[in-house]
Amino acid sequence: MGFVETHAALWPVLVPVLGVAITTCLWKRRVAQRVAAYGAAALLFASTLLLLARVAREGVQMIRFGGWEAPFGIVFAVDDLGAAMAAITGLLTAAVLCFGLADIRRREEEAGFYPLFLGMIAGVNGAFLTGDIFNMYVWFELMLITAMGLLVIGRTPAQLDGTIRYAALNLLSTLLFLTGVALLYGATGTVNMADLARVLPAMPPSIDLTIAALLLFAGFAIKAGYFPLFFWLPASYHTASIPVSAIFAGLLTKVGVYACFRVFTLLFTVEGSGLREVLGVVAGATMLFGVFGAAVQWDVRRILSFHIVSQIGYMLLGLAVSTEAALAGGIFYVVHHIVVKANLFLIAGAIHRASGTFDLRQSGGLMYRRPLLAALFLVPALSLAGIPPLSGFWAKLLVIDAALRAGRVWLAAVALFVGLLTLYSMSKIWIEAFWKAPARPEVAPGRVPVAMLAAIAALALVTLAIGFQPQAFIEYARHAAAELIDPSAWVGSILPAAPGGK
Amino acid sequence: MDLLYAFAISAIAACGVYLALSRNVVGILLGVNMISAAVNLVLFYAGRIRSQLPAVIPAGERALGADAANPVPQALILTAIVIGFSLTTVFAALVLRTFRSVGTIDLRRIDAAERLGSPWEERGGAG
Repeated sequence: MGFVETHAALWPVLVPVLGVAITTCLWKRRVAQRVAAYGAAALLFASTLLLLARVAREGVQMIRFGGWEAPFGIVFAVDDLGAAMAAITGLLTAAVLCFGLADIRRREEEAGFYPLFLGMIAGVNGAFLTGDIFNMYVWFELMLITAMGLLVIGRTPAQLDGTIRYAALNLLSTLLFLTGVALLYGATGTVNMADLARVLPAMPPSIDLTIAALLLFAGFAIKAGYFPLFFWLPASYHTASIPVSAIFAGLLTKVGVYACFRVFTLLFTVEGSGLREVLGVVAGATMLFGVFGAAVQWDVRRILSFHIVSQIGYMLLGLAVSTEAALAGGIFYVVHHIVVKANLFLIAGAIHRASGTFDLRQSGGLMYRRPLLAALFLVPALSLAGIPPLSGFWAKLLVIDAALRAGRVWLAAVALFVGLLTLYSMSKIWIEAFWKAPARPEVAPGRVPVAMLAAIAALALVTLAIGFQPQAFIEYARHAAAELIDPSAWVGSILPAAPGGK
Repeated sequence: MDLLYAFAISAIAACGVYLALSRNVVGILLGVNMISAAVNLVLFYAGRIRSQLPAVIPAGERALGADAANPVPQALILTAIVIGFSLTTVFAALVLRTFRSVGTIDLRRIDAAERLGSPWEERGGAG
């Protein structure tokens, strides 16, 4: 048990990697593969909770790979933010696979759904836990390559088209990221993030550092879907199968957001790199364009895809203001949003099951035909729009309050306005899919399997828990934000030798 | 020497960007590949390629000599090359599959994802 506990930072990556190995070895045996994958998901969830508990109790957890001392070897270092992201990944993996019990098709299983899925989860967790920026690039690439496989797994023309758009822009994003890392390495001679955090503040401002910062920001911006680089997202997410788009919507863009939070507090500061105004404009435009894009759509999945973009703007708003309270709001927002957005995609899948279409104009009547689903839809939908007392209200309150306190009034105004339009989109889904009379009464409503409802209900419960007990989550987010503002505990655990003792 | 190297890299990157902007999916594939080659060279050059002394720690010492070549960029670049290669093969497989399934590699005519769930048509969405 001691070994399991001291290596807590390792399991959230190692478990899915082993899962990939096992499910690949069982390629021809579908049922055995499924058992292995669900076992891995359960273990993964348990391991992320263990990591969360350990970080909360004993502070930063770290692993040195190969026993190399810090600036020379690769390290994993997990603070509150990393542990929370890993835990939410574990939760979402379990929920989506639960939903998948009823939705993953035989054809997808035979094409290698489970190895790809677990590989992507390993990449996501690796990016959250690593303390080495080149290593983070490697996890990004693992995520990208498995995500391409998952997107195209049904091999329909729409999926092929969506995957090409996804692949071309995301390949470019990782190349920008890599160029930024190369310039950073050229300027400082290290890729360890703690070492960079120690070296960079002492360096005079220079052109290569500014370009490195901008390249990293552009790379993460494509990944996260910031304005004006978000076009790949609504062009591809709606083509994937529902479990895939739910996990993409929940996690993949948030890895970009996480990387932004990490790099622009630890290595560069928003203030010092001159990005303050840029980030503000980008955040506002991301919110606005996402929500406007959603307003004209009729396909549930496309509405939700555009809303991912608009919600990403709120998280970026936290970084743009960059006070401790704003960062705390941003972190709270990320956690709330991952749960809510993935849940809405799962509900889109359930709507498809019940009414046979994703097109809102063709569906309807689900309120009295599927009342439980309607009730479950209300929780994440109202939470996304920011209706009290659900989690989205607290998230928006924290972010907007911090923006007002920092004097960024117009950003706060944009955020409030976008909240209103979000409500419009959610009521559109409500009216069209649930409230109005069925558009095609001759089509008998489909049954929604229990596994789907269970997954949706579990995520809705998490949303309610955050909404009714926000204090614990806000405290946690504040603590995580304080660690981002003053990363000395994180840096100190990676580089125990005091500064200058190299 | 530095300048020559910089111009060479920028020429490769410029060709890559030009190709990546093409409407032909194979052009995009090759373009991204060339940009990736340029980035690898940037990474290589970031490690300063002046010293030619092998990066071997002499017996009895604990660290590399100050004038030894820098071994780190090699490790970074090898990783990047391997990753780039695997991504290229996956993308190439994707292009091949698209050509077999849709019958074209012209991006203007690959629009199945746009038509699926388009807000402008009477019959969209389903499936």
